[in-house]
Amino acid sequence: MKDTLALLQKFNAHPDSRCWYVAWNPKGTLLASCGGDRAIRIWGREGDSWECKTVLQDGHQRAVRKVAWSPCGNYLASASFDATTCIWKKKNDDFEVSCPQTIDQMLCDDSKIWPVRASHCLCFFQCLTVLEGHENEVKCVAWAPTGNLLATCSRDKSVWIWEVDEEDEYECVSVVNSHTQDVKHVVWHPTQELLASCSYDNNVCVYKEEDDDWECRATLEGHTSTVWGLTFDPSGQRLASCSDDRTVKIWKECQPGGGQGTDTAWKCVCTLSGFHGRTVYDIAWCPLTGALATACGDDGVRVFKEDETADPDQPVFSLSAHVPKAHSQDVNCIAWNPKEAGLLVSCSDNGEIAVWNYQSEV
Amino acid sequence: KKELVLGVTREIYLLEHVIRTIRDPEKPNTLEELDVVSEECVEVQELGEDEYLIIIKFSPTVPHCSLATLIGLCLQVKLQRCLPFKHKLDIFISEGTHSTEEDINKQINDKERVAAAMENPNLRDIVEQCVTEPDD
Repeated sequence: MKDTLALLQKFNAHPDSRCWYVAWNPKGTLLASCGGDRAIRIWGREGDSWECKTVLQDGHQRAVRKVAWSPCGNYLASASFDATTCIWKKKNDDFEVSCPQTIDQMLCDDSKIWPVRASHCLCFFQCLTVLEGHENEVKCVAWAPTGNLLATCSRDKSVWIWEVDEEDEYECVSVVNSHTQDVKHVVWHPTQELLASCSYDNNVCVYKEEDDDWECRATLEGHTSTVWGLTFDPSGQRLASCSDDRTVKIWKECQPGGGQGTDTAWKCVCTLSGFHGRTVYDIAWCPLTGALATACGDDGVRVFKEDETADPDQPVFSLSAHVPKAHSQDVNCIAWNPKEAGLLVSCSDNGEIAVWNYQSEV
Repeated sequence: KKELVLGVTREIYLLEHVIRTIRDPEKPNTLEELDVVSEECVEVQELGEDEYLIIIKFSPTVPHCSLATLIGLCLQVKLQRCLPFKHKLDIFISEGTHSTEEDINKQINDKERVAAAMENPNLRDIVEQCVTEPDD
């Protein structure tokens, strides 16, 4: 393998707890992380290192499982085991603070001191609203590319779709109960108003809006255990899923042969097995390069590349780069920077975030 | 190689000692005394440098759903805290002894479900009681 995955930086993001998720803002300049310590942290790059810009500490009463930035970059949504979803609004553009000691005081939380050193730029978020309704842990939150729709999913087996208006008012417009178990993740199609979810029931569901109501249009069966993550390819024509069954599956929508009805059919066109030693917790398809990265419970980070000569209906992926001990514990999340090709971030049960540079020989 | 085997054997010994001190929540005796956890239940595989895969299979004494889940949870917590070496853990209920074993095994081995359950103060208290050593 001539392709490389090099570690740029590793830092402890959530002291004494697991880091569940990391997300890049749309500009690719900030990272939001969340974890078992019930906090959300925003990180920004200062030269070669990453520094903590702010800590959102009191938004949730239990672990924060996922965070998601709105397409405009001004809002952050957080999904928690406390059964709520918080919407945070960015109050200002990064501003300069002249006195470094003031920063330390502002960010110091009792005995915990953050490594905020030379940074003079901070950003502030304010909790705008708390979305309630799920019966128990919210496992994921995702913004639609249009910016006015939000999806959440929960252990209560449901997927909720929320609409947000110009006055920042949120309203639940649909509750869909297509899964028979805990729903782990939801993801929006990059360009269309199409939603996908995956579950402890081993299936993936695809939803579309019909007459102001969201419905499940397709159920993708094939995995033999919990499906933990989902990601669309840059064009939105294919969906990749990752599972506790240690495989990754690539799904493609196939046009039904001249039939009636509005249901779509998705077929599994590729299965990557034998690569992962344990549960695959997350998967991310790079919008810039098409590379596919995975986060695994065997502590490894892997990047797969598609074989360009293969039949598009029978894609072939090969392992392009692999770091077996990317972290000292399970890797929970993997995310490609939306603006900088090859910049990848991962986080782990040991509370660390690692920043990587992936380079591929074209 | 002999030393390696000796090292691993010692680690298994330590592991069993740890498991044997977990208390069955409904009975005052330790699990091992009740024959729920014995030597055959534990398998240790080397995963890499200083890292081991531990596979535990146990048979609950009472065929009751929530109890088996609780025992599984207690085992997870105790082992995670006490084992001095890096490890990955899989826990299974022994075949043929439980009616909903697949359901329970899936829950016990889902770390997200375990983490959320452990944030429930009532459950956490029960687990803490179970995993506390008699002389703690």
